[in-house]
Amino acid sequence: MPTPDTFYEVIRRQGISRRSFLKFCSLTASALGLGPAFAGQIAEAMETKPRIPVLWLHGLECTCCSESFIRSSHPLVSDVILSMVSLDYNDLIMAAAGHQAEAILEEIRREHKGRYLLAVEGNPPLGQDGMSCIIAGRPFLEQLRETAADCQAVVAWGSCASWGCVQAARPNPTQATPIDQVIRDKPVIKVPGCPPIAEVMTGVLTYMLTFERIPPLDRQGRPSMFYGQRIHDKCYRRPHFDAGQFVESWDDEGARRGYCLYKMGCKGPTTYNACSTVRWNNGVSFPIQSGHGCIGCSEKDFWDKDGFYQHVTDTHVFGIEANADRTGLAVAGGVGAAITAHAAASAVKRSQQKNKQGDDQP
Amino acid sequence: MPTGLPQVQQTAIYVYQAPLRVWHWVNALAITVLAVTGYLIANPLPSVPGEASDSYLMGYIRFAHFVAAYVFAIGFVFRLYWAAVGNRYARQLFALPFWRASFWRELVHELRWYAFLETEPKKYVGHNPLAHLFMVVIITVGGLVMIATGFALYSEQTGLGSWQDQAFGWVIPLVGQSQDVRMWHHWGMWIIVVFVMLHVYAAIREDIMSRQSLISTMLSGWRMFKDDRP
Ligand code: HEM
Ligand code: HEM
Ligand code: SF4
Ligand code: SF4
Repeated sequence: MPTPDTFYEVIRRQGISRRSFLKFCSLTASALGLGPAFAGQIAEAMETKPRIPVLWLHGLECTCCSESFIRSSHPLVSDVILSMVSLDYNDLIMAAAGHQAEAILEEIRREHKGRYLLAVEGNPPLGQDGMSCIIAGRPFLEQLRETAADCQAVVAWGSCASWGCVQAARPNPTQATPIDQVIRDKPVIKVPGCPPIAEVMTGVLTYMLTFERIPPLDRQGRPSMFYGQRIHDKCYRRPHFDAGQFVESWDDEGARRGYCLYKMGCKGPTTYNACSTVRWNNGVSFPIQSGHGCIGCSEKDFWDKDGFYQHVTDTHVFGIEANADRTGLAVAGGVGAAITAHAAASAVKRSQQKNKQGDDQP
Repeated sequence: MPTGLPQVQQTAIYVYQAPLRVWHWVNALAITVLAVTGYLIANPLPSVPGEASDSYLMGYIRFAHFVAAYVFAIGFVFRLYWAAVGNRYARQLFALPFWRASFWRELVHELRWYAFLETEPKKYVGHNPLAHLFMVVIITVGGLVMIATGFALYSEQTGLGSWQDQAFGWVIPLVGQSQDVRMWHHWGMWIIVVFVMLHVYAAIREDIMSRQSLISTMLSGWRMFKDDRP
């Protein structure tokens, strides 16, 4: 396969005009929270730097990450990015199939050793020798390990690759395991969400392809430009939270007035994602804007946090499921009753002793 | 001079120095405010009517929580300092003599006293072993957990790179995710609430039933013994 020299050449070959290309550069610069000056830098990098190939693998997943990705708000963005990645290996959207497709993997590994990016959607199951996810006749685990061995860095798409997501939810029968616990010798960039927002995905990829470095990450390996703040920090319903105005039930006056969804179990206060700023579907809306709380889909093990519709969720420890408030109130009540009984018994005992002391007195 | 009245000599020892006593009551107040506002953060009051810009109820409740939280945390640090410079009883809160057989013997004795199996409690200049154990586990260890989880939650609003984040942000991935931190912080409240209930009951009961003063000791610093027997 002839590999074109720069991104720009690829993009032009796809029939994209220079004008559109420059527009893409400024859009991306602003999506990344960089100043306008960076648009030029992105353009220059794409025009001059040799193209970095991207391999996009699919493990245990539902393909919602890919679906989100190809719906990047601006058609331009998806065009450009798609032409950047689809050339190589993405078994969902590439033209090649079968042996031909698997041969591409080999070729990229060989010819771009140490340079290519590995994007992974989904995760490998470790149970039953990885038999729960077979790609081209072999466990996905093997394909993942082999392609990761020679890559520059791994991008973990979505909550599956980042945390495990639904297939890793309790009791996780296939032992689905997040990428960073399998690939330990390469940097892993987590882009969680179920799915992640399209602009976030394209933004992260563009950053890495043009600047040839990993974006600044937070403690858990997520790009901090998109995952540095919680939904709650930028939610447009926040004034209602601060005022103490809550939706108390789905059909009440508060729901009609757009009050805060905290009491309906909104996980905005515990969820790091860009939904309240970037929003979804071309910036049209996001869950809270349409009246439903955030369910925390970009947070670790969000399926196992028990209760999308309550703020004080159940806690699981040692196989016991308990709610802090219900248990706490019951225990406090029990202890209160025990104290009362103990106080009464103490009083009885004391009066008995007093009487005895009285008898003993001369 | 035989008077026909029972003759009892009362000994008194200065146990709790003034800074420790002030800390005790300030800390008790802070914890009360923290528990009440914390509960209301998790279970907010019924909605306020009117424009959002007219009220700031949740904001004030959270503000009270954070003010009390700083009082609690700074108090904790001060209490550590006082353990270093204060008298020997000031060190009890941070040191449990679990290696001493006498500690366990006396602990069993104290438990039997509460179970009405002993006719008389022993006398203690400092804390009795049962109180000592609970205070170390719940106020020292529990307090540290509340401070670590509390400041980790606080770092979420002060943001990446803030000192709260640098000092306590690691707690979040350690525990799992933000929701887990909240839930452990929340469980911690109930544990402390139950401690306070038992603590206050025990203080009142022992003030009456034991052979020594308690509540007045935490007010004046002097431990009075009601009899002279060992
Ligand atoms: C004895 C000590 C404390 C008690 C009993 C307590 C109790 C609570 C409770 C019950 C909650 C609600 C959790 C939930 O949403 O389910 C809470 C929230 C919180 N607490 Fe504490 N807390 C204590 C100490 C602290 C400390 C030392 C800090 C440090 C700054 C702190 C900071 C916070 C923060 C930031 C929140 C979340 C508030 C929000 O997001 O609106 N707490 N606390
Ligand atoms: C939130 C409420 C409270 C908390 C967290 C609390 C905590 C503590 C702690 C940590 C100590 C050990 C002091 C030290 O060694 O530095 C202590 C001692 C003591 N507290 Fe409290 N306290 C609270 C409320 C009360 C109340 C309401 C009373 C009175 C009825 C009380 C009476 C005492 C007494 C008498 C002692 C000394 C015990 C002894 O002499 O062995 N406390 N408390
Ligand atoms: S990460 Fe979650 S979201 Fe993405 S493909 Fe997987 S199931 Fe779908
Ligand atoms: S709706 Fe959710 S994210 Fe928005 S302010 Fe309320 S709790 Fe926070």
